[in-house]
Amino acid sequence: MKEKLVLIGNGMAGMRTVEELLKLDDEMYDITVFGAEPYGNYNRILLSPVLAGEKTIDEIMLNDEQWYKDNNVTLHKGKTVVNIDRKKQIVIADDGTEESYDRLLLATGSNPFIIPVPGHDLPGVISFRDIHDVDLMLDASKKNKHAVVIGGGLLGLEAANGLMLQGMSVTVVHLGDVLMERQMDAVAGGMLRKSLEERGLNFLMSTSTEAILGDDHVKAVRFKGGLEIVTDLVVMAVGIRPNIDLASKIGLHCERGVVVDDTMQTYDPKIYSVGECVQHRGEAYGLVAPLFEQAKVCANHLVKMGIGLYQGSVTSTKLKVTGIDLFSAGDFIGDSSTEEIVMQDVNRGVYKKIVLKNNKIHGAVMYGDTVDGAWYFKLLRDETDISDFREKLMLGQAHLGDSGHGGHSAAASMSDDMEVCGCNGVTKGCITKAISTKGLFTLEEVRSHTKASNSCGSCTGLVEQIIASTLGGDYSASDQVKPICKCTDMTHEEVRAAFKEKHLTSGLDAMKVLDWRTEDGCHVCRPALNYYAIAAWPAEAFDDPRSRYINERVHANIQKDGTYSVIPRMWGGVTNPKELRAIADIADKYDVPTVKVTGGQRIDLLGVKKEDLPKMWKDLNDAGMVSGHAYGKSLRTVKTCVGKEWCRFGTQDSTAMGIKLEQLTWGSWMPHKYKIAVSGCPRNCAEATIKDFGVVAVDSGWELHVGGNGGIKVRVTDLLCKVTTEEEVIEYCQAFTQLYREEAHYLDRTAPWIERVGLSYIKEKIVENDVLRKDLSNRFVESQKHSQTDPWAERATGGVETNEFIPLKIIG
Amino acid sequence: MSNWIEIGTIEDIPKLGSRVVEGPDGDIAIFRNSKDEIFALKDSCPHKQGPLSQGIVHDKTVTCPLHNWKIALDTGLVKAPDEGCAASYEIKIESNKVFLSL
Ligand code: SRM
Ligand SMILES: Cc1cc2nc3c(=O)[nH]c(=O)nc-3n(C[C@H](O)[C@H](O)[C@H](O)COP(=O)(O)OP(=O)(O)OC[C@H]3O[C@@H](n4cnc5c(N)ncnc54)[C@H](O)[C@@H]3O)c2cc1C
Ligand code: SF4
Ligand code: FES
Repeated sequence: MKEKLVLIGNGMAGMRTVEELLKLDDEMYDITVFGAEPYGNYNRILLSPVLAGEKTIDEIMLNDEQWYKDNNVTLHKGKTVVNIDRKKQIVIADDGTEESYDRLLLATGSNPFIIPVPGHDLPGVISFRDIHDVDLMLDASKKNKHAVVIGGGLLGLEAANGLMLQGMSVTVVHLGDVLMERQMDAVAGGMLRKSLEERGLNFLMSTSTEAILGDDHVKAVRFKGGLEIVTDLVVMAVGIRPNIDLASKIGLHCERGVVVDDTMQTYDPKIYSVGECVQHRGEAYGLVAPLFEQAKVCANHLVKMGIGLYQGSVTSTKLKVTGIDLFSAGDFIGDSSTEEIVMQDVNRGVYKKIVLKNNKIHGAVMYGDTVDGAWYFKLLRDETDISDFREKLMLGQAHLGDSGHGGHSAAASMSDDMEVCGCNGVTKGCITKAISTKGLFTLEEVRSHTKASNSCGSCTGLVEQIIASTLGGDYSASDQVKPICKCTDMTHEEVRAAFKEKHLTSGLDAMKVLDWRTEDGCHVCRPALNYYAIAAWPAEAFDDPRSRYINERVHANIQKDGTYSVIPRMWGGVTNPKELRAIADIADKYDVPTVKVTGGQRIDLLGVKKEDLPKMWKDLNDAGMVSGHAYGKSLRTVKTCVGKEWCRFGTQDSTAMGIKLEQLTWGSWMPHKYKIAVSGCPRNCAEATIKDFGVVAVDSGWELHVGGNGGIKVRVTDLLCKVTTEEEVIEYCQAFTQLYREEAHYLDRTAPWIERVGLSYIKEKIVENDVLRKDLSNRFVESQKHSQTDPWAERATGGVETNEFIPLKIIG
Repeated sequence: MSNWIEIGTIEDIPKLGSRVVEGPDGDIAIFRNSKDEIFALKDSCPHKQGPLSQGIVHDKTVTCPLHNWKIALDTGLVKAPDEGCAASYEIKIESNKVFLSL
């Protein structure tokens, strides 16, 4: 017998929990859903665009009735649960329907607050919460002329805007003197009001309502001080209250909302609760992003996996009035302990304010230009130290990383047939269609359904913009620190720390000890864990070939046709006739179709058959060459220029320095690929300033640069420091490399890592602290002792995993 | 009516790995998962013919090495939200020997 799960409340949070649950386990429960509203589950957020005539009800359905059938979920629509017998574990609906449960999920949402002034119950006084309310408003707008909206918050303004677009003359009445004061400061609120007035809305600020007048229908509203305005419709949008009617009736512990713990369990262990009806650590939320986080955690506990805690959310807000851009997050008012940076451009109608506390973003409010909202929000959530780029903070994230699409609200101005993701050929139309037909909310979902930004990721910023502009305010990036993958809730940092603390020497051990959700992990976590093991315990770790990508497993790059490429190391880009002759002979011997000079100053033999690899490696080894690791998350190349030996401008022997660095660093496994270059003078012919570690020779010594890369999103290095001797170059290089190896997330190159931790942090450890630097450098040397074995030699002669290269059997 | 061909022993195939059988109509990937179950799929991803034998094996799934599609080892079905199917072949095990039916 399956266990029975009953959901009360067919809304966004409850149904999201059911969806998450089905994803984890669609066998465990018989699921029954009660919904007071007579529909499937719809996207409440999009009621505003429906009212504004920009969307239809059909377009905002999330799970229609067919969905319930397809997923074997019983839906009692239009039935309100009126009682729960907790002893017998039965719920009872208003029409007498009864269902028993093993687990109960309460997701009753919230109720609009109605100010109890005289006349508040007259026909014509409505709230803005569900389809029924929208129908009433649309109906009223056809028959009548005047509307009063009480409440100048998010909902009130969206209602007012919608009614105005339906042809009504609308007055918004607000108690305070700033619109949306919970999301806006006085300046932004003032700008918002001005532009709404220009569109035709009327405002009565600092005004409180005294009575609603009329006999059998609303006729007018009277305010304190005596002013009366005639109206046919009053929309109350003054706030919401968690709907705890049912929960308190059955004696479940409630305060402002139904009180739950970090697993979303109420005081009755059989009853869980999510959504707006909930009070968690004293907070009740009224936006979907946190509710979806709750849903995820709750589903996990309902299927008894028991992992994951909900620990509260930081939220951000946008207003869904087409053509008005505003954004706010965190504490944007500030106090005596905070500083603020403000930018205001009256003519362009742009205002930005960032509140800082201890060099971290504490809150932000923006009006007119909100392109960087998501970026600020990320900095806020990640608690990034912004001192290194404080002076540029206001200018925004210069690179949205949209390779060629050129930043500013590029998304909105794009036509549907324009390509967004160059890697997977995904157009804007394709993305917007997937969002609306499949009911997608997050970047992750859009990524997995459309493949946009799923490959190189350079269009991520643009895709986020498109999601934001398609969903309106509904889209708020998830605010939790990201776990490594779906197999765990632990972050990269937590896992790295555990490897050290618990002395874990293999990925498989880690999965066991750290309670991985899946038995074997997945293609995301396995390579990461394998690397963390090697990085933490170079001498002892078990390097599991089954957890390495194919390229690293066979020490060659897989090509689109399943053949491989072979790149021998060419130290510092220097070669000689003997090596070239050997390469030429080998290319002939194995019929290599293409021989190419790479961008990394060496030679690539492309189109090699897998079974030829070991033989070819042996021949290359015999000619004195080793693997170039062109396939690895490891040191790739050290590019050099000719330098002082030949060049008339050269100030130092850059070639020799490059060769030395390559000999010290080759073979090291890294979180991602790692490139070094050494230029002989500031003309910088080796392009050292777009490398992970770049050295530029100057007359008086060497400049050391870090954190650059070419590629998807070019980043120029930061200057780490200047040193004078060769020994110093080497020590700093080893120390920096080791710090990166020990602290970066797997698959982060140095650039994103430095942007996350800040250049000052790196300088503190490497430049300002001689002891730390020496320790790091020594640890690098130690670790190299265990990794500087040529994998080709190992494979070609030692027979390691040779079966990888020969077929098991040939049939027919 | 099956025609069973012996292709080797379980130990010939690495745990969480795979080996290739060269068949008359192209390569067949033979997988072994952590529970020592053996599966056979056409060694060609329904997406762009990536060699599935070179992917990472986890549970009853292999992730294609070229663009990370996930393919169910037992049915050959591509996991949502991608769509497609790789041909799968029957496998039988008798006292450690692995037999394949084409
Ligand atoms: C062979 C080569 C192109 C060439 O013919 O010149 C090449 C080929 C590939 N590059 Fe590259 N890159 C090559 C130099 C570069 C350079 C130039 C350089 O190193 O000075 C860059 C820009 C500089 C940089 O990395 O900062 C470069 C930036 C990339 C990127 C983007 C990295 C980024 O951080 O944005 C990728 C994608 C990735 O690694 O995820 C990439 C990935 C690839 C892959 C591995 C794609 C793949 O996953 O299959 C290609 C492998 C082809 C193969 O099988 O051999 N390749 N790649 C070059 C090999 C250099 C070598 O000797 O090892
Ligand atoms: C017009 C509008 C615009 C919004 N815009 C945004 C936005 O831009 N961004 C954002 O993040 N959020 C927005 N929100 C808020 C968001 O819609 C809510 O946070 C979210 O819907 C709450 O989900 P929930 O499941 O807790 O409640 P609901 O979605 O309200 O679901 C609760 C359901 O339970 C039913 N129910 C209650 N009691 C019972 C009972 N006893 N028996 C059976 N059924 C019962 C109710 O009828 C309701 O259908 C907006 C809300 C509105 C109304
Ligand atoms: S070699 Fe580099 S730039 Fe060229 S196609 Fe491959 S990944 Fe792209
Ligand atoms: S070829 Fe397999 S995922 Fe693309």
